[in-house]
Amino acid sequence: MPENMIESRGLRRVYKNKKEKVEAVRGVDFTVDAGEIVGFLGPNGAGKTTTLRMLTTLLEPTGGEATVAGCDLRTDPVGVRRRIGYVAQGGSTDPEARAGEEIVDHARMYGIDTRVAQTNGQRLFDQLDLEGLWARQCKTLSGGQRRRLDIAMGLVHQPGLVFLDEPSTGLDPQSRANLWEHVGRLRSDMDTTVFITTHYMDEADVLCDRILVIDDGSIVAQGTPDELKRRVAGDSVILSFEQQRSTVFVAELASRLDGATDPSIEGNEVRFQVPDGASALPLLLRAMVEHDLDATGVEVRRPTLDDVFLTMTGRSLRDEATADQAAA
Amino acid sequence: MRFLTDTWLVFSRAMRLSLRNPVWVILGLMQPILYLILFGPLLEPVASAPGFPPGSAWQVFVPGLLVQLGIFGAAFAGFGLIAEWRAGVVERMRVTPASRGSLLLGRVLRDVVVILVQGALLSVVAVAFFGLEAPPEGLVIGVAIVGLLGGAFSALSYGAALKLKSEDSFAPVVNGLILPILLLSGILLPMTLAPGWLQTLADVNPLTHIVDGVRAMYRGELGSTDAWLGAVLTIGLLVVGVLYGGRVFRKESA
Repeated sequence: MPENMIESRGLRRVYKNKKEKVEAVRGVDFTVDAGEIVGFLGPNGAGKTTTLRMLTTLLEPTGGEATVAGCDLRTDPVGVRRRIGYVAQGGSTDPEARAGEEIVDHARMYGIDTRVAQTNGQRLFDQLDLEGLWARQCKTLSGGQRRRLDIAMGLVHQPGLVFLDEPSTGLDPQSRANLWEHVGRLRSDMDTTVFITTHYMDEADVLCDRILVIDDGSIVAQGTPDELKRRVAGDSVILSFEQQRSTVFVAELASRLDGATDPSIEGNEVRFQVPDGASALPLLLRAMVEHDLDATGVEVRRPTLDDVFLTMTGRSLRDEATADQAAA
Repeated sequence: MRFLTDTWLVFSRAMRLSLRNPVWVILGLMQPILYLILFGPLLEPVASAPGFPPGSAWQVFVPGLLVQLGIFGAAFAGFGLIAEWRAGVVERMRVTPASRGSLLLGRVLRDVVVILVQGALLSVVAVAFFGLEAPPEGLVIGVAIVGLLGGAFSALSYGAALKLKSEDSFAPVVNGLILPILLLSGILLPMTLAPGWLQTLADVNPLTHIVDGVRAMYRGELGSTDAWLGAVLTIGLLVVGVLYGGRVFRKESA
């Protein structure tokens, strides 16, 4: 297995309109290590899907190069196709076809023998909670079942690297949680590297080791979810007291903490932000004890990836997701 | 080898899905027979008109029907592909190592087989119940030519469908092209009955010569210029169709 599952060097894509050239992806550089689950985050039109389609050989790059699953994207696209799985956003099965037939036929397109294809398919059906649906027509499956069937299809040839494009869009909360569990298991049970695009912050937060944030065709940030959050906003700390007169003194103590923002006092509460709340809080509490000050409540709120995205791009991802659903 | 396996795989999947819909199967088989029963009798009196080409009314009519059957069935095949594209099937297949050409050819092959079955049925019924007299080798080769012609149109249709990706833009293109081509080919009434300007238009239409070719085959004139010209033009169209369709399948970001 190659050490770098994806290595993109200046991958670029320009669409030609009638009048103008649109640079959808402006040269992205990143690597994905074997065994990682990497989230690709960005609003619609940011270049997410275009990048994904280039990496999966569906779209020819205008410039730059990439190695995917150990094969060069330009000189050996068939090698790339052989080694990757791709679960597209819009589904992958014919409504009239039977689920089992679709997965077996799909496996056979990778040159897998029919019997092996059946065994692999049945096993994936078991793992993805699709037992008993083998002979059902795809149109009779529920949204969540069809989504899991798509994922099973993308895995039937046991690829080392799988691309999931917005896997949980349109699923109810329970199906989403269920899907996350399965994605997590791709790595733990099958050593699969996962590259996943998503709108949902909580999804990226729960699933991904590392996140790439793309906006307007460029990667604007990358790192672990924790790194990104730390880099951006810091943690919010809220202390509440029985008496208002304690607050002024505590605010003074808090402002001495490394990297803390100016504390604000609202009623009986003191609020401020600090890069790492978990390590700053004990210091503050100790100082408070020395001055015989007692808080009645302490709260540390970690920033969400939504905060990160807002800071990085000036837009909220959540708005995009909502606007999307409204449009759909 | 790999190419053939992939093509077979795509073909058998497409065929299985077609056969699963019994209404479609029955309609497909009924269509040619309806033409024989409901349109054929109109032609018998016309056959004695001056300028009618050689051969009996049925020898003229059945080859025309065959060609129409082949073209119409195949030209609309693209609608099915648009539905598949929308369901994500085309893209899913394009990320596999299977040859992109086989994604096209497997589907074209399904259409060819369907047309061959319909064509054979039409000919057999015409011989058995409507008094068509034609030598067996003429029938076989004629139906085969129509199968290839269907292949050409189905490949063109898939190419255009994948390019346009919407029924709303695909339908007018197909209708706008197929209708004049059919009218100008002398499929239902021979072009020898047409005034001069119409004949000139028909002469530049390759389908006119293909229909004439199949008619010659049904008269048993297998070695005639008409028969050869029809066969060569059909193969030419097939090559053009497959090259165009194949190019779209390879390049198009479906």
